Amino acid sequence: MAMFESLAEKLQSTFKKLRGKGKVSEADVAEAMREVRMALLAADVNLKVVKDFVAKVKERAIGQEVLDSLTPGQQVVKVVHEELVALMGGTSSKISQSQKPPTVIMLVGLQGAGKTTSVSKLALYLRKQGRRPLMAACDVYRPAAVKQLQVLGNQLDIPVFSMGTGVSPVDIARGAMENAVATGRDTLLLDTAGRLHINEELMDELKEIKKVVKPHEILLVVDAMTGQDAVNVAEAFHGQLGLDGVVLTKLDGDARGGAALSVKAVTGCPIKFVGLGEKAEALEPFHPDRMASRILGMGDVLTLIEKA
Amino acid sequence: MGFFNKLKEGLSRTRQNLVQKVEQLVTGRQHIDEELYEELEEVLISADVGAEMALQMVEGLRKKVKEQKIGDPGELKRLLQEEIVELLGQETAVVDISKKPTVVLVVGVNGVGKTTTIAKLAHRWKSEGRKVLLAAGDTFRAAAIDQLEIWGQRVGVDVIRHQEGSDPGAVAYDAAQAAISRGADILLVDTAGRLHNKNHLMNELSKVGRVLDRALPGAPHEILLVLDATTGQNAVTQARLFGEAVGVTGLVLTKLDGTAKGGVILAIQGELNVPVKFIGIGEAMDDLRIFEPQQFAKALFGQEEAE
Ligand SMILES: Nc1nc2c(ncn2[C@@H]2O[C@H](COP(=O)(O)OP(=O)(O)OP(=O)(O)O)[C@@H](O)[C@H]2O)c(=O)[nH]1
Ligand SMILES: Nc1nc2c(ncn2[C@@H]2O[C@H](COP(=O)(O)OP(=O)(O)OP(=O)(O)O)[C@@H](O)[C@H]2O)c(=O)[nH]1
Ligand SMILES: [Mg+2]
Ligand SMILES: [Mg+2]
Repeated sequence: MAMFESLAEKLQSTFKKLRGKGKVSEADVAEAMREVRMALLAADVNLKVVKDFVAKVKERAIGQEVLDSLTPGQQVVKVVHEELVALMGGTSSKISQSQKPPTVIMLVGLQGAGKTTSVSKLALYLRKQGRRPLMAACDVYRPAAVKQLQVLGNQLDIPVFSMGTGVSPVDIARGAMENAVATGRDTLLLDTAGRLHINEELMDELKEIKKVVKPHEILLVVDAMTGQDAVNVAEAFHGQLGLDGVVLTKLDGDARGGAALSVKAVTGCPIKFVGLGEKAEALEPFHPDRMASRILGMGDVLTLIEKA
Repeated sequence: MGFFNKLKEGLSRTRQNLVQKVEQLVTGRQHIDEELYEELEEVLISADVGAEMALQMVEGLRKKVKEQKIGDPGELKRLLQEEIVELLGQETAVVDISKKPTVVLVVGVNGVGKTTTIAKLAHRWKSEGRKVLLAAGDTFRAAAIDQLEIWGQRVGVDVIRHQEGSDPGAVAYDAAQAAISRGADILLVDTAGRLHNKNHLMNELSKVGRVLDRALPGAPHEILLVLDATTGQNAVTQARLFGEAVGVTGLVLTKLDGTAKGGVILAIQGELNVPVKFIGIGEAMDDLRIFEPQQFAKALFGQEEAE
């Protein structure tokens, strides 16, 4: 972390050297862009995304607004921050609501990303908005996955639909649909097993579930600690299922979370929620500006810039 | 299927990507130039090696090219491989299980594969004829105890468990005593996933370590930090802080069956020098391999190699 709190400082000193010269050259800007590139890569933003991004920032940085300013270093950071926010899109933590209940929400993702936990968090979140959620245990593979969701459901007093582990997830999803209708639940959240995006058999299973229950929202759950591979994962899930949004988990850690940017760049889907802990309450709507500061590792520096 | 083939199969994606990229880079080129170095650096960055480490490695390459007066771009692949092996060490790091019982504490952030790795290790050592015992030290996460219990049944080993919400230190203590009284060869202690920046949880973990030492002086003998190969640069901090809290003696790199390359272990080696001991290449109990640096580097670059 400490390494990057210094991005602003590095940029500052890069430009300070030039102050004496009076004029900032393109080579100077290139040097600054190298610092920006390193910072983004250390935050795990995908290399391709970084390259495009830096090209864009460079264009603006060469412009008058930066070079003519008294504090070009800070201005570059500001431009980088603005562009990051723009790239991550606006806030949109809305979960669609179907005219004809139940609204079906399916969570998918790699193993251990935080799907089951996020299902229960979302269920609690939606209940607070007055909805009546039902959670369905469609993971029949991971040992005690059904039990895990049941325990969480118990803790929150939110019903869980399960058919054990001897039934196909597709049938469970279908059964859950019927159960939601029969019991007057307006929102159905499907927990699915973790899977690799290259596992064709398991990806087909998700497509099958999609066909049967026609989810209104398919959310990809992504671990904030994910590295360069995030784009491959997002691309594959999006390509095969068509995602509607992303849940970024484990942001209570100190990962800078550049994966968020990569995933957004690849899928174009909004990041809707972030997970900030293991407890059911630890879910919040996504804030692009906070995320941008985090990726740059410089929350407090920004307030300085704002004053500048 | 022999070890190498299985490993290669597990790493086929990694290999394909890296090898293809490196090969694309070097074919049709007459000279080793700046552009080529830059592209090599990018290949490494894409494998999660990290920008700083990638830079260092390419610096290393440059030096070797100069020293060995190499002109053929095709040679770069071999050189890069050499460098990776240099970083990872030549030797295969093993877990010493000569003490009876040997206590292995398994730690890591949330969802990386700790519990599954324990099942895999139990299966491995049980198949070698050892008496293995498991401790359900994750008393926090919903159904974590049940998960380990199911694995225990599948593998055919006993699990020492308390109730959900109970003190993990107490579980560890009981398990160590049980391991002694039952004459177990190996005790594997599961722990709840925790983020390394949470002090109270890291303190709890150190306490588990101390409790084990009290129950059985010298324990835990091995502390394995499980890292998810999909993880980016944060894994370096994980390794450092878990190391500071409990003294990690080995790494396990899981989920190498995906497309993630796990290159972050190179960055970790650069900074910390803790050996990788095992890799996970699937969700089943036999999807664990001993980490062999030579073979790993070679498999990464798709070289054929006999058993
Ligand atoms: N600190 C923290 N931990 C989280 C968060 N979300 C999930 N976890 C933890 O991450 C681990 C994995 O979460 P699960 O919900 O079981 O993940 P999953 O994607 O359902 O896993 P599989 O079903 O095995 O693929 C658990 O230890 C959770 O408590 C979060 O936002 N912060
Ligand atoms: N593809 C793949 N999946 C794995 C591997 N190792 C573990 N998993 C899966 O990753 C998910 C999480 O594994 P766990 O063993 O529960 O992870 P954990 O670290 O104990 O998780 P917490 O206790 O919640 O922190 C499960 O779905 C496992 O099946 C591996 O090597 N490859
Ligand atoms: Mg799950
Ligand atoms: Mg576990």
